[in-house]
Amino acid sequence: MRSHDETMMLQTPFHSRVAKACELNQWDEWKGYTTPAAYTEVEQEYFAVRNSTGVFDLSPMTKYRITGADAELYLNKVMTRDVRKINPDRVGYTIWCNDAGQVMDDGTLFNFGENNYRLCSYTRVMDWLQWSAMGFDVEIIDETADFGALAVQGPTSCAVLKAMGFKGIEKLKPFGMSHFPFEDAEVMISRTGFTGDLGYELWVEPPKAITLWDRLFDAGSNLGIRAIGGNALEMVRIEAGFLQAGVDFVPAEETVRVGRSRSPFELGLGWLVDFDKGVFNGRQALLKEKREGSRYAFVFLDVEGNKPAEHSFILKGNKEIGTVTSAAWCPTAKSNIAFAQIESKYANSGENLTAEIYYQTELKWTRLLAKCRVIDSPVFSSPKRRQTPAPDF
Amino acid sequence: MTNARYDVVIVGAGHNGLICAAYLAKAGRKVLVLERNEQVGGAAVTHEFSDGFRVSSCAQWLYQFNPNIRAELKLDQYGYELAAENLSTIALSADSNHLTLSSAELNGASVTESDKKAYQLFIKKMLKFSGILAKASERRIPKLLEGDWGDRFALFKLGLDMKLLGKEDMQDLLRIALINIYDVLQENFDNDLLKAALSLDATLGTHMGPRSPNTVFSFLHRRLGEVFGFNGVSVVKGGMSTLSQALANAATANGVEIKTAMPVSRINSTADQVTGVTLANDEVIEASTVVSNADPKTTFKSLLGFPKLETGIIRRVSNIRMQGNVAKLHLALDSLPQFDGLDENQSGQRLIIVSTMDAMERAFNSAKYGEYSPQPVMDISIPTLHDKTLAPEGKHVLSALVQYAPYKLTQDWGSVKENYAQLLVERIGKFAPGIEDQILSRELLTPVDLEREFHLTGGHWHHGEISLDQIMMTRPFPGATQYAMPLTGLYLCGAGAHPGGGVMGLAGKNSAQEILRSNRSKTNLAGKKENVA
Repeated sequence: MRSHDETMMLQTPFHSRVAKACELNQWDEWKGYTTPAAYTEVEQEYFAVRNSTGVFDLSPMTKYRITGADAELYLNKVMTRDVRKINPDRVGYTIWCNDAGQVMDDGTLFNFGENNYRLCSYTRVMDWLQWSAMGFDVEIIDETADFGALAVQGPTSCAVLKAMGFKGIEKLKPFGMSHFPFEDAEVMISRTGFTGDLGYELWVEPPKAITLWDRLFDAGSNLGIRAIGGNALEMVRIEAGFLQAGVDFVPAEETVRVGRSRSPFELGLGWLVDFDKGVFNGRQALLKEKREGSRYAFVFLDVEGNKPAEHSFILKGNKEIGTVTSAAWCPTAKSNIAFAQIESKYANSGENLTAEIYYQTELKWTRLLAKCRVIDSPVFSSPKRRQTPAPDF
Repeated sequence: MTNARYDVVIVGAGHNGLICAAYLAKAGRKVLVLERNEQVGGAAVTHEFSDGFRVSSCAQWLYQFNPNIRAELKLDQYGYELAAENLSTIALSADSNHLTLSSAELNGASVTESDKKAYQLFIKKMLKFSGILAKASERRIPKLLEGDWGDRFALFKLGLDMKLLGKEDMQDLLRIALINIYDVLQENFDNDLLKAALSLDATLGTHMGPRSPNTVFSFLHRRLGEVFGFNGVSVVKGGMSTLSQALANAATANGVEIKTAMPVSRINSTADQVTGVTLANDEVIEASTVVSNADPKTTFKSLLGFPKLETGIIRRVSNIRMQGNVAKLHLALDSLPQFDGLDENQSGQRLIIVSTMDAMERAFNSAKYGEYSPQPVMDISIPTLHDKTLAPEGKHVLSALVQYAPYKLTQDWGSVKENYAQLLVERIGKFAPGIEDQILSRELLTPVDLEREFHLTGGHWHHGEISLDQIMMTRPFPGATQYAMPLTGLYLCGAGAHPGGGVMGLAGKNSAQEILRSNRSKTNLAGKKENVA
C-alpha cells in the first residue's frame, strides 16, 4: 500500500487484479480507497450475484480489532444490542448510537472468542471507540489495511469455495465463521453478506490476497464467477432490504443540522435495541423515544411502474410526508422498490401513498405521480441464504 | 454490612454540601452527609500548620457568601462570626507608593483624577453587569434545548435583564463579555498598578492571564459579592472552619446526620437510577437521591465510574477545563511583618502583589508551559491582625494565595517545592524587608497538595474553570444543567455546578431547590407554599 503522500487514493490488496478486470475503468471512492463502480456491465454483474457468483472487493471496509479483558463488557456499552448473545465464531449485525439515541453507524461484529472481536463499519469511528473505552481494559486497533476481504456471493458461491478446497465449508451456518489453511497462511471465511442470498466473505492478509483472487476465479471459471462493482451491489442490497450508512441515514456524529440524524426505531432497527442489558450509549434517549413515540419511520415501498423513485418526495394525498433514500428496479423480484423515511403515523402495512418521481429522457424532465404501497418485508429473500448445509450446484 | 436508608445521601461536607443538606432537611427530608476528611467544610476549613498557628487552609477570604442563605439558615445563631469585614485591597508597589482600592474610591499610587473618576464609573457599570449574573445565579438556569415553558421564561428573563440595562450598557456588555480584561482595563485606565490590581480579580484561581478571553466574565463573577452586600473581603473569625461549622450546626439542628472520616468509595446505580452509596468500609447506604458535593470529574470518573455512563457524557466530563494554578503559602511569624509604607491597620487589609498586567501575563506564560513563574502574583492576608485566636500571643500568621503555580508542572512539584517556597518568601521580602528572619515555620500547598487534601481534581478550587463555556446552562457541561445528572436521583451541588465556585453557597441551595422540585414538593426553601412552575 502506498502512503497518502504518494497518491490521493489508497488501493486494496487486490488492486492489480481488480484494475485488470475493470474493463469500464469506472471508479468510485470508498473511505479513501479506489473501488470499482462497475467492471463490465452492471446487469451482468447483478445477474452473476443472483444466478451464479459475484465477487466484490470489500477490503476498504473499516475494521477494528477489539481485545482485552473487558472487550465484551465494553462492546455491550457501545452497541445497542446485547453482544453477549453473539457466541464465539459467530458474527452479529449491530448498530451503535450516540447519547441522543441516534444511529452513528451499522456494522458487523465478529466474535473470535476470549474477548477478541472485530468490528466492521462504514464510518471511521476510532475517536468514539476510544472515548467509550475510558474505564475499560480494552485495546482497539484499526486493522483496515491489515486484511483484504472479498465477498463471494450467489447460488454457486459454496460450490466455488468447495472447488477451491475449503473442506466442510458447506457446513458453515449463516453468520458463522471458520478458519481455513490457505497456502502457508490462513483465510477466515464468514457466511455473511450484503446480498440476501447464499454468500461468504473471505478475509486474508494482504500478501496472500492476489493468490486468493486467482485461485477463486480459477475455481469459479465453470461456475459463472464474475467480479462485481458498487453499482451492482447497490441493486442487490436494495432488493434484499439492507440499509446503507451515508445513504439511508446520515451517521449521527456526521450530521451538521439539527434533526437530520435517525434513531434505531426510526430506521426499523428497533430489534437491535436491548433495554434489558444495562447501560449502553443512547439508552436514556431511546427509553424516552419508546415512551413518547418516534418522529419518523423507515418503510419499504412497492412503487408502481418501473421508474426508480430516486430522491422522490412521498405524499399522502397532497401532503408531503417523507422522502426516498434508496430506490431501484429489482430485476429478480420484478418490482420497483424504494426505501423511504416517512412520518411515523403513515407507516402502516398496506398504506397507500404517492411517490413524486422526476426523471429525465433526452433532456426532457417528466414528473410522475406513482402510487406506492407500504410493504412488510424486502422483496428478495432466498431460502438458500439460510440453508445448511449450503446447497451445491 | 448494614443497610441504612435515607431520602438523600450527600457525598462531601463542603460548604455547598452542608447548605444543600440543611435546606433539604428543613423541607423534611431525611439526609445523611458523608465526609471523607476529619472535619467538615471541604476547602473552607482551618488547620494548624505549625504549633499554635492556625490558618484558613484553602479559601482565605469571604467575599461573596450569599446573604439569603445566611439569613434563611439562621447562621448567626449557629456560630457565623466575622473578625473583620469590608476590607480594602492594597496593591503593593516596589517604591512604597501603594494603591488602595475600596469599592467607592482609590487612594495613593499617584492615581490621576481622571482615573479616579473612571474607576467610579467602571465599578458602577461592572456592578450593574454583575447584578444580572447575580439574578441568574439565584435562579433555576434554563435548559437550552428541549426546554419547557419555565425554561423559556427564564431565558426570557435573562434577556430582559440585559435589555433593561439600556441600549448603551447592553451593547457594552455584549462587546466586552467575550474579550479580555486587559483590553477593557486599557480602555478605561492609565495607572499600571490599578490595572494590574483589577486584573487580579479577573484571573485569580483560573488558568487564565489578563489577556485570556473569558477574563471579563470571571471578573464579573468575582464581583458578585458586591451585589450580595460585601464591600471588599471579610475575614471569618477562627478561620473558614467557623463558617463550615456554623453550616454543620444549622444542618444538624434541622435533622441532618453528618459523618466525618467516612469516605464514599462509590455511588451505586442501576442502568437508570442511583440506589445509594458504598463506603470505603464496604457499608452500603441506600438512598433514592444521591447528591455529590465532589467535583464533576471525581463524581463521574471515580464515584460512578465511566463504564456506567454514556460516551457523550464521558467526553464532556473529560473535557471540563479544570487545571488549578494557585498555591497556598502559610507563614508562622514571630512578630508582625513590616511592610514598607503600611501601618498596622493597612497591613490587615487585603495585600496584593501584582506589578503590571504585562508582568502578570508573562507569569501566566510560564504556567502555560508547565513552569511556575519567577514573578508570582500574590493575594496576602494577615488574619491574626483581626483574630488573635489563630496564633500564640504576639505572633502572627501570613496566608497567601499564589499564582501562577500550574498543577501540571514539567518538573515534579515535590522536588521544587522548597525552592518555590523560598522564592515566594523572597518576593514578599521585597515589600516587607526582614520577613525571612521572622519566620518560625512555613507551609506551602501546591495545586497537587490541594488536590490531595481537598479532593479537588487538578487542584482547581472552582471545580472547573469559570468561563463562558462552562457557566450557567453549560456548567458543568452541556446537557447536565439544572443540577440533575444523567441518572435519575443523581445531583451535583458543588462549585462544579451553576453558579460555580467561591464560598458563595448558591450551588448548594439551588441544588436543594431542584431536588425538592423534582420530588414535586410544594414546599419551597423558605418553608412557604409556592406554585411549582
